Order: sequence, then C-alpha cells, then structure tokens
Amino acid sequence: MNWPILSLTLFMPLIGAIIIMTLHREREQAIKYVAAGATLVSLILSLVVAIGYDRSLGGIQFVESIPWTADLGVTYALGVDGISIPLLLLTTLIGFSAVYASWNISERVKEFFSLLLILITGVMGTFLTTDLFIFFLFYEVVVIPIYLMVIMWGSSKRVTKEYAGMKLTIYLLIGSAFLLVGLIALFVQSMAVNGAPSMDLMTLAQTEFSQSFQVFVFALMAFGFGTLLSMFPFHAWSPDGYAGAPTAVSMIHAGVLKKIGGYGLIRIGIMILPAGAQVIAPIIAVLALGNVIYAAFICLSQKDLKYIVGYSSVSHMGYVLIGIAALNLVSINGAVIMMFAHGVMAALFFAMIGNLYEKSHTRNVDDFGGLAHQMPRLATGFMIAGLASLGLPGMVNFIGEFTIFVGAFSSFKVLTIIAVSGIIFTALYILRTLGNVLFGPRKEKWDHLQDLKGPEMVPLLVLGAAIIIGGIMPFTLMDLINNGVGSLISQAGLMQIGGIL
Amino acid sequence: MMETSVQYAWIIAILPFIAFALIGLFLHRWPRLSAALSILAIGIAFLISLLVSLAVFSSEGNLVYEAAARWLSMPGLQVDMGILVDGLTAVMLIVVTTVALLVQIYSLGYMHGDPGFASYYAYQSFFAGSMLGLVLANNFGQIFVFWELVGLASYLLIGFWFGRNSAKEAAKKAFITNRVGDFGFLLSILFLQILFGTLNFNGLAGEIAGYTNTGILIGIAILMLAGPVGKSAQFPLHVWLPDAMEGPTPVSALIHAATMVAAGVYLIARAYFIFSSTPQALLAIAVIGGFTALFAATIAIVQNDIKRILAYSTLSQLGYMVMAMGVGAMTAGMFHLMTHAFFKSLLFLGAGSVIHALHDEQDIWKMGRLAGKMPVTTWTFVIGALALSGIPPLSGFWSKDEILLGAYASGHIGLYILGTIVAFLTAFYMFRLIFVAFFGSGEGGLKAHESPAVMSVPLVILAVMAIIAGFVGSPLMNNVFAHWVSYPGAVHHNPSLGIMAVSSLVAVAGIILAWAVYQKKMVDVAAVKTRFNGLYQLLYHKYYIDEIYQWLIDHLIDGTAKVLFWFDVYVINGLVNGIAALTGMAGQVLRYTENGQVQTYAMYMFAGIIVIIGLVMMAGFAIVL
Repeated sequence: MNWPILSLTLFMPLIGAIIIMTLHREREQAIKYVAAGATLVSLILSLVVAIGYDRSLGGIQFVESIPWTADLGVTYALGVDGISIPLLLLTTLIGFSAVYASWNISERVKEFFSLLLILITGVMGTFLTTDLFIFFLFYEVVVIPIYLMVIMWGSSKRVTKEYAGMKLTIYLLIGSAFLLVGLIALFVQSMAVNGAPSMDLMTLAQTEFSQSFQVFVFALMAFGFGTLLSMFPFHAWSPDGYAGAPTAVSMIHAGVLKKIGGYGLIRIGIMILPAGAQVIAPIIAVLALGNVIYAAFICLSQKDLKYIVGYSSVSHMGYVLIGIAALNLVSINGAVIMMFAHGVMAALFFAMIGNLYEKSHTRNVDDFGGLAHQMPRLATGFMIAGLASLGLPGMVNFIGEFTIFVGAFSSFKVLTIIAVSGIIFTALYILRTLGNVLFGPRKEKWDHLQDLKGPEMVPLLVLGAAIIIGGIMPFTLMDLINNGVGSLISQAGLMQIGGIL
Repeated sequence: MMETSVQYAWIIAILPFIAFALIGLFLHRWPRLSAALSILAIGIAFLISLLVSLAVFSSEGNLVYEAAARWLSMPGLQVDMGILVDGLTAVMLIVVTTVALLVQIYSLGYMHGDPGFASYYAYQSFFAGSMLGLVLANNFGQIFVFWELVGLASYLLIGFWFGRNSAKEAAKKAFITNRVGDFGFLLSILFLQILFGTLNFNGLAGEIAGYTNTGILIGIAILMLAGPVGKSAQFPLHVWLPDAMEGPTPVSALIHAATMVAAGVYLIARAYFIFSSTPQALLAIAVIGGFTALFAATIAIVQNDIKRILAYSTLSQLGYMVMAMGVGAMTAGMFHLMTHAFFKSLLFLGAGSVIHALHDEQDIWKMGRLAGKMPVTTWTFVIGALALSGIPPLSGFWSKDEILLGAYASGHIGLYILGTIVAFLTAFYMFRLIFVAFFGSGEGGLKAHESPAVMSVPLVILAVMAIIAGFVGSPLMNNVFAHWVSYPGAVHHNPSLGIMAVSSLVAVAGIILAWAVYQKKMVDVAAVKTRFNGLYQLLYHKYYIDEIYQWLIDHLIDGTAKVLFWFDVYVINGLVNGIAALTGMAGQVLRYTENGQVQTYAMYMFAGIIVIIGLVMMAGFAIVL
C-alpha cells in the first residue's frame, strides 16, 4: 500500500476541524455531519489498518517517514504494530462515538466540534508515531483543547468546572514536564553513545544505556506517565476532572488519553529502558494496589455518577499498572487489552451518564431509581458498561483482567491475590449503582425522560459492540497484541511467563 | 450413528445462545415468537442431548469425546472453548435440558401476559446456553467463563420484576455473594495455570497425579471449594439463595433448585482428581456440606413462605450432595443431584401452580383445602415430597441411601447420624407444608382452580421422573449409574438393608409427626412457640446471619469507604492544593521582581542561562558517569 493510510487516518479529524472552521456558525447540522463524517472515515481507515496488518511479518508496518529536523534527528515517522493498533482502534471508536454523544450540544457548536476533532487527532498521533519528539509534540497538542472544552462546556457540581479544567491541565503539564526531562536526557545520552542524533524509538531501543541512567530516566517516566495514568497517589485530577468535563471530553480523556500513560510506559519505558523498568517495577506494582483497592473503596462512598466512574477508572488503571509492572509477556498482553477494554467501557459509561444528565440535570444516584421503566435502552447501555466494568466474561474487560491476573501472578504472589480481591468490591459498587439508578419502583418525576433514540444510539451500538465482540472473540485482538508485545519482550530481553514456586 | 452424535454435542450449547441473540436483537417485539424460538432451541438441544447421553450410557461410560477450539492463547496461557463428553457430562446434559425444556413450557402459562414475556425467554435461553456450556467445558478457564454467565442469568432472572425493591436487592445480593466465592475459585485457577501450565481437565489430571507438594494442593483445593460454596449456597455463603426466591417461580425451579445451584456440586465432581488427592480438603467438603444440610433443615421447619421452605430444603439437599463428595461418595452425590433436580423442580413448579392460582399468595397458613380444588398439583406435589423425604421406592430414597451408605461405610459415623437426622427433619418440614397448605382447614378462604394443561403436564412428567429416576442407581438395575459416573479409585459399598430401613423409618416418623401436629393438631403449635420462643426466634431469623453480614457491610466496608474518601479529599487533594497555594504565594512574592526595567530582565535571563548550562553540564557529567 503506497498511499499514506496512517497520515490519512490521523489527519482526517483535523481536516474535518478545518472544514468546520470555514462553515457558518449557524449551520449546526452541517458542522455535526462533518465531524461525524471525518471521524467515521478515520474509524474505517483504522479498521483497514488493523485488518491489513500482516501478522506473519510482525514489527512496525505502514511506515511513513519524512525527515523533519535533521540536526535533532527528528523525523515525521508513523508506523504501527500490535501494541499501537488496538489503541488506534480505541481512539477512532471513541472519537466517532464522542461526536454522537455530543449531538445535543447547542452552545458554540462550531468551536466545540473543531476542538473535539483537534483533540482526537492529537491523541491519535501519540499512538501512531515512532518518533519520540513527535510523540511529545502530539501529547502537548491535546492539552489546549482539553482545557478550553472543560471550562467552556463543563459542569460545576462538587468542584467548579474552572477548577476541574485547571487541575486536569496542570497535572497533564506536570507529567509532561518530567517526560520532557527524561526525553532530553535520552536524546543527549543516545547522542553520546551513538554519535548521531536520533529520536527514533527503534534506534533508541537498540542503544545500550547504563543501568543507573536507565533507572533515573525510567523513574522520571514512571512519574510522568504514571500521573497521566492516574497512578496512586497522583490520581487526584481524575475524578474531579471527569466530573467537570463535558461528556465528550470525559469519554476521550478516560477512554483514550490516559492510556497514553500506559502506552508510554510500555513503548518508551520498557522497550528503551528494560533495566530501569526492572528496578522501578515493584514500586509501581505496590502503588497499583493503591489504585485497585483504595479507589474501589472510595467508589462505594460516592453518590455522583461521574465520580463513581472517575474513581472506578482509577481503580481499573491499577490492573493496567500491575500488568505492566509484572514485566512478562502475558501480563503486558493483559495490560494492553485492558487499556482497550477499559477505554470502550469508560467511554460508554460516560456517554450514558452524559445523556442522562442532559435530560435530568442531575447525576446524583439518590435522585434516580427505576429508570429501566422509562429508558430501557439507556438501561441496556448502563448494564453493558457496568457488567464490563466488573469483569464479566463475555465482555472484553474480563479478557484483560484474567490475562493480567495470570501474568502478574507469576511475578507477584501476594500483591496479585490482593488485587484479585478487587473483583468483589468492584461488583459491590457497580451493582449498587446500577440497582439504585435503573431498578426499583418507577418514579413518576422521570416519566418525561425520553429514551435513547436516533443519533444517541450510536455510542451504545458502537462501543457496546466493541465490548462484546472483543469479549466473545478475544483472539481477534489478542493475537495482534501478542504479536507486538512478543517482539517487544524479546527485544527488551524480558522473560516470558516464568516457572515459579 | 449414535456414537458419532457426540461430535455434535457443541450444538447443544450453541442453540440456546442463538435463540437468545435473535430474541434480544430482533424478536423482542413479538413475545409469542420469542417464546416459541426459545422452546424450539432447548427442545432440539434436548433431543441431541438424548442421543449423546444414550451413546455414552450404552458404552457403560467408556465413550469419552473431547474437542476444542483456540479461544485465548499466547505463550504461557491458553484457554480453549471445547467440549468434553463423558458419563458425568451426559448425566448433566439430560438433567439440564429436561428440566429447562419443561420449565420453559410451563412458563408459557405461568408468565402469560407479563409485559416482559419476551425478555423472560431471552434470559431463559441465555441461561440454558450458559449452563450447557458449563457442563460441556473441557477446561477450568471455560468453566469459569460460563460459571460467571450462569451467575449473570441468575442475577437477571432474580431481578426480573425489577420494579420491586426486594427483587432488586435479592439479585444484587446473589451476584455479590457469589463473587466472594468466585474470588477463591479464580485464585485456584491462577495457581493451576502457573504451576502446571494448562487448564485442561485431562492434562491437569495427569500432572497432578505426579505432583507431590500436598500443601499447595490443599491450598488449591480449598480455594477452589470457595466457588461451589458460593454457587451451591453452602454455609457461610448460603444467604443469597433464600432471597433468590424473589424471581419468578419457574426460575426458582430451574436455576435455584435443579441446575445452576447444582453447578457447584458438578464442579467438585469434575475436579475430583484434585479434591480426592487431598484428604484434608475432602474432610472440609464433608463438614461444610453436612453442616449446611442440618443448619438449613432446622431453618426450614419454622418458615411460613412456601417458596422459602423449599429454598431452605434446597440448601439442605445441596449440603447433602456436597457432604457425599466429601466422604468419597462422588457417584452418590451426582446421583442425588440428578434425582433432586427432578423432584425439587417438581416441587417448585407445584408451588408455582399454587401461587399462580392464589394470585401471588405465598404464605402457607393462608392456603388450605387445595387438595380438592387442585388435584393434579396436589398429588404431584405429594409425590415430590415423598421422593424428597426418601420414601421407597421413589427416586430420592435410592440416592439418599447411597449417600448415607457412603458416609457410614467410609467411617464418617458422625456425618451418617447427622444425615439421618436431616432425613427426619426433611420429611417433617415437607409434610408440615403439605398438611397446612394442601389439607389444612383453609380459613383464609382463598379461591383456587387447577392450572392449565401447559402447566400441569410438566408437573406430571416430572412426577413420573421423581418416581422412576432413582432406579438407575438402585440394586434393581445393578446400579448402572455407578458405571456412568465414577472416578479412578472409587470404592463402591454393597447396599445395606439396615441403613435403608433406618432412613425409611425416620422419614415415615417425620411424616407421622407432621400429621399429628398439623393435621390432627395433637400439639398446640402456638404454645410450643411461646415455650421455646428464643429458639423459635433464632430459627425464624435464620440464626441472624443476614443481619450480621449487613452490619459488617454497613460498618466495616462502607465505614472504610467513608474514611478513605475523607483521606482522599483532605489529605491527598489537600497536599495538591497546598502545593498550588504555595506556588501562588511564591508568585505573590516574586512579582516584585517584575519591575518593568528591561535591564533587570536581561540580567535575570543571563543568570538563568548560566544556571541552566551549569545544570545541564552537571547532569550530563553525572549521566556519563
């Protein structure tokens, strides 16, 4: 394939944003259709990439490379492998759904959808590039639309939307500051070793760094990416941020953006700095336990639906972190599919909550009850997201959890046993929430609520299908992921699942 | 032809899933069509199961067929979706498809006119597919997947009438209690995968036979036991099953009496190669089962709700089966699972027929005089109760006798005596129910009429099964059941007339006592209640275990949750905001340096550059070092 399919996938939303900017602000329908069309093309192209990826060949494929700043070794380089394809799919699936979840936006429509599309391109770029500098560039691009969207279209409940927007942005920037230091250190050091500047991930991965240097840089990355992944105790931005953000931002942030943290830890951290990873990993594993159990408990005390999903997202990221920290093939496979799984699940959850909030103007669990009477389709969406969240087999999230547990168990015994107990507490807060919102006697004050219909159904259908297809046919994604993680593991010289006991 | 049928056994589990998907996606607007499709699917599944089972039975259990498809695989982990057909599977296939088919037909009458008719059949199909997938599984990964899915079906069907708060709470309670058990089950699977590198039953059986670290094996067995303790509602995770009676009664019959709750017993049988290699684990199983059998029976004698009495009876009988597994009588346990499935689903459907006729009345004291108005229901119910009480030659007699024999002959005399006491209590509480509800004076004056044929015909079929199903495990047929379901190293004990006589006598004694107290009213029940009020309250409130758990959840778990949330807001967030405040204050101070003079700024810049260069050099130096 000679035409630049990855660039097309990547810039389609941006092109959409540019088209929208040229449209008159009154033409709201046209703006929405452009946004939907751009993200749909992007989604289809990403599916073509996923299907067209040659597994027998492996490695980085669909490569595009244009030298950019030769003096700094920066190249506009795109390429995907088994690790990035699931995250690419995640971005396009959620991007498309987020447009439809925002269908009822009526305020500053033009600005909203332009920013949303820029955000989608920004996030996608981090997964597609194989150049460290370009990765960082895209990462910085997402900060601007996020901040603007939260303070303009957000909602103020327990915290104001201004506070939420500021908190989200500052945390993102703190993470990126540490990252930047690590990135510069890598650049300087690799230049010293290789004698030529390069920001190419593969070149960096083949560079021999001393162990103490690796530990130093990996620690920076663990802090930077860990913050982005809401690693305990640097998670404070997550619940407040999601609560203040508009639906589409919550979907993209919880669904995709924070996965840049996990992706970075694997792609940059483990691949380039395996010796550093081995030293820091146990610390990550212990903190991850804080995510899994501590955040699950906090969920039990929450009343605002967005806070529940926000803390729940912190809790689930603990599984991803444990999978990464266990540093073996099975566990990292699990971490990657878990990132995909959590992404579609959280996006679906936020889409449903957003829809309900739009119509009822409340997110407090106690205000609801028996909504399945009035809104059976919305209830279905909540049920699918909830059951996925508690790791029910048949949902792709189960595949993630199970694989992570098996992988992590071979590295950490006690930690994993404690982490597995999270399945009980998750079931407790999820089923409590679902029960109190959806079931029970009919409340007449909600009789006026309209069930999902038309465009509102799109997030449910798209994300629900991804959750269930991934859960029933895990091999579709897992074979791809295993392909990517397998070569990463052998390159980094890590073990496959080991014989312990 | 019959031998080749086993190759198509996978279709049995697929069919109901297809029905579920079609109803869920397309047909839910047409309730009758949905029901028809669901019944058609389970009907064909039943016919194939019949062929498969006959093939296995006619080979005397020698025919074993296994096939699998790759599902989730990578170096270091492989979970297949497969089928393993042997005697144990065949028995379960027959039990599940027979009861599911009859219950679905019966539901045509029972659920008639319900607004959720189509979803009801979708859930029924989902349950049937999941349960059959569980029964057919050839590895622990697959069994866990379907184990959770039957749990979901149970959750959905308990909460089927979701407008009731009680149904909502009961569904949640069932799922979460089961999760506690599944936590252990999942851990045992992780151990097996890490230690032996496979989850396949046959593969593991070979590995474990040569494994010598008994400490680890005991650990695995105990963890795995948590699964059945949850699913089969054994003490201390039994609390969900009585509440599960909030579901429609046919659901109680199928899921919460005959099939799903028996999945725990099935798992123990399936994983017997693990349990039988550790006597300590077996003893734990026997004690848990025996205790649950007695514990639940004592509660059953004071309950007033017809479904709750049957629910505690189910708990008690499941305890019996589990106890059988523990005393080495795996065959007897499975035999009892089969007979129990027939007579207990009969009893539940009979109760459903009564409840349906009385417009949702479930209190036995408000019933009475039903025998004349509902003859089919009454007499099939009596047959079920006689089978449950273990009156010869009905099916329950043979299976209960095998269990008592197993306990006695393996030297567990205490458990044998306990089992005999339970047999007495069982006969007593069942006939208390019958004499009050069916033959009582009927002071409530409720009107009733016999249920339609679509409900009464399944009752009659199940009544026939409740009478004859036991013969396959009796000396009359040379106990062919033991050839179908067994395990290497099983000891079969010769039938003992003494044990048969004792168990029959205590059952008859129980019936007579119930007759004397509740029919002839020779004893003043109210006076006994007042005399032993403390004991009565203790039993009536189920030993207050639900209250204890509720207290723990409210205070321990929710209390911790509140404390941690406080910590998150004021400590972790407080630190973050504190740093922000500090930065703000620093800004307040530093802004005096911004005096608007270009020379000053240039000086700052120059100083800054020097510092940065210095830092980079030092850092670079340190890094190179």
